[in-house]
Amino acid sequence: MFEVRGLTKQFGESYALRNVDLDVARGEVVVIIGPSGSGKSTLCRCLNRLESPTAGTVLFDGKPLPVEGRELARLRAEVGMVFQSFNLFQHRTVLDNITLAPMKVRKTTRPEAERTARELLDRVGIGAQAGKYPAQLSGGQQQRAAIARALAMRPKALLFDEPTSALDPEMVGEVLDVMTSLAREGMTMVVVTHEMGFARKVADRVVFMADGEIVETGSPEEFFAAPSTDRARDFLAKVLAH
Amino acid sequence: MEILIEHLGDFGDGLLLTVELAALALVGALVIGVLVAALRVSPVPVLRAAGTAYVQILQNVPLLVWLVLAVFALPDIGVLADLFTTSAVVLALYQGAYMAEAVRSGINAVPVGQGEAARALGLTFSQSLLNVVLPQALRTVVQPLGTLAIMTIMNTAMAAAVGVVELTATANRVNLAEAQPIWIFVSAGLLYMALSVVVGLVTGATERKAAILR
Ligand SMILES: Nc1ncnc2c1ncn2[C@@H]1O[C@H](COP(=O)(O)OP(=O)(O)OP(=O)(O)O)[C@@H](O)[C@H]1O
Ligand SMILES: [Mg+2]
Repeated sequence: MFEVRGLTKQFGESYALRNVDLDVARGEVVVIIGPSGSGKSTLCRCLNRLESPTAGTVLFDGKPLPVEGRELARLRAEVGMVFQSFNLFQHRTVLDNITLAPMKVRKTTRPEAERTARELLDRVGIGAQAGKYPAQLSGGQQQRAAIARALAMRPKALLFDEPTSALDPEMVGEVLDVMTSLAREGMTMVVVTHEMGFARKVADRVVFMADGEIVETGSPEEFFAAPSTDRARDFLAKVLAH
Repeated sequence: MEILIEHLGDFGDGLLLTVELAALALVGALVIGVLVAALRVSPVPVLRAAGTAYVQILQNVPLLVWLVLAVFALPDIGVLADLFTTSAVVLALYQGAYMAEAVRSGINAVPVGQGEAARALGLTFSQSLLNVVLPQALRTVVQPLGTLAIMTIMNTAMAAAVGVVELTATANRVNLAEAQPIWIFVSAGLLYMALSVVVGLVTGATERKAAILR
């Protein structure tokens, strides 16, 4: 579904990504892990062109991502994204957060959009919060609302950039549960996370990044049992030490 | 005191014209302000440059010069408008530059993640500006916009210089007849103050109503 070839991203002189190749198949769940600053977010954001690469290409469904304008907006409607800081629209209720894009982009009528939104909110377990503003919700509820907002566009794939990193520990589980059930239903997902348990249980493939490069990739069983590179071994030793 | 009562009608007419001029200029300035601020944050370099040029040009020439220029130059290029209309348009254009700067500072105060989330959902740049960024930006700059509204009211007095008989020009005329400058101009001043108190109250109420829970 995604084909990444030779992706390079420079910020000034420094490289955030160097010559990255990655394929994500339909229905696949790819978890990206790696130390801070290794380029995980940048890679994730290049997949819907929130970040425009310095070199290389990203194909989605066999076609290169449009560079800008309406074409790019249309592509983004197909690829949902969930952010570390939720980024719910602060001035709109949870329900209005979810209905905005379907109404503006897909021209869905309000009643139809609201019906879908309420179904999705029930599905992520916060149906009772529809009329509240984001700031009135807990972090876990906000992130689940953000997932519902992304799902309302009926995306073909979902990108998650550290969706649980800003959450209090007791709320991590409720968000991971929603993500796990999406994965089980066959959603194509690219997930940047530090949750090794999730990676182990849910990932079809783990991608380990360091210094802007993909250092190692493999099934979670292989990767966690016997990482083949020193970098990955060091990293796992550190994160699993706690 | 009798003079004021005697000229109540004149003052009423002057005040009305000032209010009309200020109201037109304010509505125009707000629309221009939002449009120019949108240009200044546009991803298209040419549009950004146009927005910046607009603000620089309008802000770096005194309002009085713009008014005099418009009154004398427009008829020369075939644009015939009465003095009131010309003044209202010039004021709107001039105050619009200041409004644009205030709105832009509001846009910059909205976390970048808000616009990113909107675009990630498939909204175009203008849709995300209109539906997500601007509504939040405007809420944060109610106070500065209120201050600019008061500045606009005060600047309507400049129109007196090009022959619009608003409040200040009225005071001047009454004074020419009665020669009681202190009473007359203190009264005019109090009327301006009353207008700005009204704007202040509206601003405060709007700000409370528009506050976003964060
Ligand atoms: N907008 C930017 N401007 C300049 N440098 C940036 C920018 N975004 C990222 N970088 C740099 O690019 C490199 C990769 O950053 P990225 O955010 O992709 O890392 P990450 O793996 O997501 O890290 P983390 O785990 O801390 O989120 C870092 O060195 C970072 O400082
Ligand atoms: Mg990151």
